[in-house]
Amino acid sequence: MAASAAVTANYVLKPPPYPLDALEPHMSKQTLEFHWGKHHRAYVDNLKKQVLGSELEGKPLEHIIQNTYNNGDLLPPFNNAAQAWNHEFFWESMKPGGGGKPSGELLALLERDFTSYEKFYDEFNAAAATQFGAGWAWLAYADNKLKVVKTPNAVNPLVLGSFPLLTIDVWEHAYYLDFQQNRRPDYIKTFMNNLVSWEAVSSRLEAAKAASS
Amino acid sequence: MAIRSLASRRTLTGLKETSSRLLGLRSIQTFTLPDLPYDYSALEPAISGEIMQIHHQKHHQAYVTNYNNALEQLDQAVNKGDASAVVKLQSAIKFNGGGHVNHSIFWKNLAPVKEGGGEPPKGSLGGAIDTHFGSLEGLVKKMSAEGAALQGSGWVWLGLDKELKKLVVDTTANQDPLVTKGGSLVPLVGIDVWEHAYYLQYKNVRPEYLKNVWKVINWKYASEVYEKECK
Repeated sequence: MAASAAVTANYVLKPPPYPLDALEPHMSKQTLEFHWGKHHRAYVDNLKKQVLGSELEGKPLEHIIQNTYNNGDLLPPFNNAAQAWNHEFFWESMKPGGGGKPSGELLALLERDFTSYEKFYDEFNAAAATQFGAGWAWLAYADNKLKVVKTPNAVNPLVLGSFPLLTIDVWEHAYYLDFQQNRRPDYIKTFMNNLVSWEAVSSRLEAAKAASS
Repeated sequence: MAIRSLASRRTLTGLKETSSRLLGLRSIQTFTLPDLPYDYSALEPAISGEIMQIHHQKHHQAYVTNYNNALEQLDQAVNKGDASAVVKLQSAIKFNGGGHVNHSIFWKNLAPVKEGGGEPPKGSLGGAIDTHFGSLEGLVKKMSAEGAALQGSGWVWLGLDKELKKLVVDTTANQDPLVTKGGSLVPLVGIDVWEHAYYLQYKNVRPEYLKNVWKVINWKYASEVYEKECK
């Protein structure tokens, strides 16, 4: 999976592809400082400690994720490995001045598989809003079809057999500082309207199609 | 005009109740948010007043509201004999009912310092803790470690296994009540480790929250439950 292999093989805390304040006012610098600077960093650091000296050490991140997912009977490094991957994927799913409706081929595919962008929006929104507890909502690609998926905790579509294209983090730490009083629905709308990087989604889709052919 | 409409309303209610009884329907009991037995700021500095207010008025209230909605839908599905709908509602009931059950216990598990919060348990519970965990410190260390290691959202519990007659430490995911880990388990102390329980004050440093929460744990309540269950 070329697109996902682009997400680090070396357990590095890669900075987001924009300054930490670049997503304001939709996602604050303070949130990025904690979410990337503390949470994401801890997953990377703890993963390194966990695989040190084990047979997993030095293996590509995706290999560790698949291996430790262990068909749902999670092995200890899974959480750190998957969360390190998920967060890098998340930062790259957003951009300053993002959000709104895509165009071209991507829009055509959304309309094909969801009947309209609005239907996709509602379905993605609902998945993100109803993932109970900690987790993620995704746009994913499998069997030549786009679909919306929601996953708990650190689980991601890689272990469910599909190509991730877009994600939103719905762990409380992702929105608790900016959308006070538990306003997850407002966070999701802000993400959809103002943050989604459709360029990233398009290039991931191209890679997914290439990998599937 | 007004008197007539009043009478019709009463009649309408009476009719509704009668027809409900005739159809074998009964009105379900709904739930309300319990009041806290202390002010929002009373647990400071261990837990901020801001957290207590949002935790109670937003999070717990949402569980209550959504639980009531799920129960009403369940009632309708049961009455219609729609088995598929009944089963489909189970996760909403577990999430929201569990959230209501767990938080109702949690508020009682906490007390301001001037009302005994943090005072070690005396009596039979104190003795049982020493027997099973060596000391209160040993128990605290174990619960804090398990709470810190919990991935995602959930709770860490001190429970009593009524059948085996021993204390246990366990965790549950999301809003699963302790009883989902064993039918004979009675919760004595539960600590919420969902991020909303500590984030505004402790940010990502959950272990710091776990270190401080013990200063406001209400061991008197836990002892009462323990003694009652041990009879």
